[in-house]
Amino acid sequence: MSLNSNKSQTAEPLVASDVLERVLAKGRSTGAEFAEVYIEDKRSTSAGLDDGKVEQVTSGRDRGAGIRVVAGETTGFAHTSDLSERGLLAAAEAAAVAAKQGGGGVNKVQLGAELRHAVNTIKISPDGVEKSRKVDLLKRADAAARAVNSAIVQVSAGYGDSLRRILVANSNGVLSADDQVRTLLRVSVVATGDGGMQTGYDSLGHTIGFELFDENDVEELAIRAAKQAITKLSARPAPSGAMPVVIKRGSGGVLFHEACGHGLEADLVGKNASVYRGKMGELVASPLVTLIDDGTMTSEWGAIGIDDEGHPSQRNTLIQDGVLTDYMWDYLRAKKEGRAQSGNGRRQSYQHLPMVRMTNTFVLNGTQDPDDIVRDTKHGVYIAKLGGGQVDTASGDFVFGMTEAYLIENGEITEPLRESNLIGNGPEVLKDIDLLGNDFAMGNPGMCGKDGQGVPVGDGQPTLRVRSLTIGGTAA
Amino acid sequence: MSDGVQELQKLADSIVGKAKAGEQIEAYVSRGGETSVRVYEGEVEHFVSAQSEGIGIRIIKDGRTGFAYAGTLESDAITEVLAEARDNVQFGTVDEWAGLADPDGVAQIPQKFWDEELANYPTDKKIAITKELEKLTLAADARVRAEEANYEDGWGETAVATTTGIRESGRGNSCYVSVSTLADDGDESLTGFGFSVGDSPKEFDLKKAAHDAADRATRLLGATKPASKLVTIVLDPYVTSQFVSILSSVLNGESLAKGRSLFADRLDQPVASAKFTLVDDPTNPLAYTATDIDGEGLAARRNVLIENGVLKKFVHSSYSARRMNTKSTGNATRGGFAGSPGVGCLAMQVQPGTKSQAELISGIDDGVLIQDVSGMHSGVNTISGDFSTGASGIVISNGTLGAPIREFTIASTLQKMLLNIVDLGNDIDWLPMRAVGLSLVISDVMLSGA
Repeated sequence: MSLNSNKSQTAEPLVASDVLERVLAKGRSTGAEFAEVYIEDKRSTSAGLDDGKVEQVTSGRDRGAGIRVVAGETTGFAHTSDLSERGLLAAAEAAAVAAKQGGGGVNKVQLGAELRHAVNTIKISPDGVEKSRKVDLLKRADAAARAVNSAIVQVSAGYGDSLRRILVANSNGVLSADDQVRTLLRVSVVATGDGGMQTGYDSLGHTIGFELFDENDVEELAIRAAKQAITKLSARPAPSGAMPVVIKRGSGGVLFHEACGHGLEADLVGKNASVYRGKMGELVASPLVTLIDDGTMTSEWGAIGIDDEGHPSQRNTLIQDGVLTDYMWDYLRAKKEGRAQSGNGRRQSYQHLPMVRMTNTFVLNGTQDPDDIVRDTKHGVYIAKLGGGQVDTASGDFVFGMTEAYLIENGEITEPLRESNLIGNGPEVLKDIDLLGNDFAMGNPGMCGKDGQGVPVGDGQPTLRVRSLTIGGTAA
Repeated sequence: MSDGVQELQKLADSIVGKAKAGEQIEAYVSRGGETSVRVYEGEVEHFVSAQSEGIGIRIIKDGRTGFAYAGTLESDAITEVLAEARDNVQFGTVDEWAGLADPDGVAQIPQKFWDEELANYPTDKKIAITKELEKLTLAADARVRAEEANYEDGWGETAVATTTGIRESGRGNSCYVSVSTLADDGDESLTGFGFSVGDSPKEFDLKKAAHDAADRATRLLGATKPASKLVTIVLDPYVTSQFVSILSSVLNGESLAKGRSLFADRLDQPVASAKFTLVDDPTNPLAYTATDIDGEGLAARRNVLIENGVLKKFVHSSYSARRMNTKSTGNATRGGFAGSPGVGCLAMQVQPGTKSQAELISGIDDGVLIQDVSGMHSGVNTISGDFSTGASGIVISNGTLGAPIREFTIASTLQKMLLNIVDLGNDIDWLPMRAVGLSLVISDVMLSGA
């Protein structure tokens, strides 16, 4: 074993099929109807620069198996970092006992041929790249940000790559494998002026290898972050109250992620914990809105070949011309409803149970020229960069931060605004989208948290306007 | 010392023993397990029983730092982690302050972290407790549905050793129950939660957890969106705890050293209302995050950070202390074997006032009792101080509580909010968070709504 081997990623299977079959059989030995083995081997490299110094390069290795056994309404789960047959059998037994069903059952499992569904092509595997080249990216970002202006007083930059090999087998005969390679760079900048300090942030991440940096300019990224901080030095307090909000393309996918994405996850819908429950076929958004979740979107941050239940990723239309057409599904929820999975069963690692999660969630293009959308707005706020968000799926109330925003006065983008949150109610905001641009772009890489698990997700949208959103600023 | 802990300490010691000339090595090893039960509609929805282990190795040589970790304690993996950490050293920038902590002679204050009863608690009883909690919640209020009832427990053993002579180990376990609720309000549903924490399950107060969860979901029924205006807010203890936790970044000695603290150059000056005294005290066993050592293995200690509104101290690890020419305050933090130490407050406590929440409210003409906030991560910038969060709560007029309101934000800056603290409650609540809760009254906060 090596933390940094240059071995081809599609070399040997992580665990042999005959071993998997015996482990699955053990999982069902107490009468359970479903058993699943999830094997993960993840290597990662990260490097951090702060205050002008490369502080630390970190190498990580996480490897293990999660075993799930379903009996009736109960899921038993156990995980182990021991991938030997003995270790796997012990975990399978623990999961079977956890699912706790008496009596013997069928205990023979036959796996089909291994399924691979590659949606990403990796040109330069990061584990074959010298660490010095990774560290060099950070130094370049630091220098570029500092060179923008003497007001830039601090820069921190982070690099990360991960190679995640997964193998999923279950008692229905599914055997699937995927290699997921992600590469990321982020830059945070502090600028100082008469009014105190302000921050700028930008990031770049794709489900590809080190070719990310052949296709994107590190300096440009750092300069964008620096300029954002400098612009905010002269920012005035954000307004308070409800007003029209124009959201720049590729900056506000998180709006849909929070306003309706989570609410369309079948596990929440199934427990009547979503404001979108029972709304199938109904108009839930402005007719301008067509919302897609697409795990096959090549190289995007949320792209996956298979989901973490071994189901091939797919493109799902959730809202078509404002009408709710489908929720997102995992194995258990789909089985309960007697329908097909949608490739949305995901988990943070082998130590976690899968649940319904988004992949790349985005709104398709409209027809408006983005400049016209601004021109058409007499008084409002233009958001160039959104931060994170949070939603209560049951009430539909959600917040998200704006990290770079400007006033719109008489159809023109004018003064920069200090940071604040915005608040709205999902179904109301979706219906309030009254202008949709023709300039679609994906946004920054995101990490979505749900029930304590983080998974990489992407989002995107064209420039759009919401007729009325509440800006959480301090100005009257 | 338990056998497991002894074995981990031996392992950590053996890795440190492999240090080459000129190398500082820190080995951090841990092992742990968890049980998680989730009940829905009277059935066990899932039962998780899992164990994990791992090692993190930090090496410093000639001012350069390298780090590596693995989620296993297999010997071939450990050999690789050591080699990787060593390899990573060469890519670091020379930092004259880089280094591990040196033992500083401060004595640890012993506390109890291990409960034998919890360690031996039978599985069927854990399931029974969870089912009981769901039942009590549904019985608490007919308008309430249960989304999930959970029982969680965990145990952990850790050992750390360094070439500088740090050698610490220990074990701990803990458990809690929680329940999430829904109350339907037309097409929408309102959510609530309740929880109970104890050294062992026998300390759980299931009834309180059930009633809190039912109350939180129902108290906002019929809530409307308020109009925007400047108000005085009363933060519920649960919200105050989140607010106080944010101050950890502002008082972080490493942020100070790197020019990111908005309180730079403010030592010994007033930064808050004279009524506000903030202490970080992980030696207080009442604190949920109480500990005897910090993330570098130094004794945890009591530090007064803001006294009667005056900034007295920033918190430091050995690294930030060296940079700022001071001593570690025992405030290194650590997220587990996969990361190296950072800096932060460990168990934040606010000196309480003398009034109950009802008494505080009775003195307010026009305000809002803030019972929940959202988007603390996206709307608070601890470097600029800008503060804006989503909120829900109850209108206060002429000293009495009125109608529920939701879907609004509260905004100010951290600097102003600290100065505008009008009063504090006597209702200390040792919540399972990094900071204690109590009612906190802050004036001149912008409420933004319709």
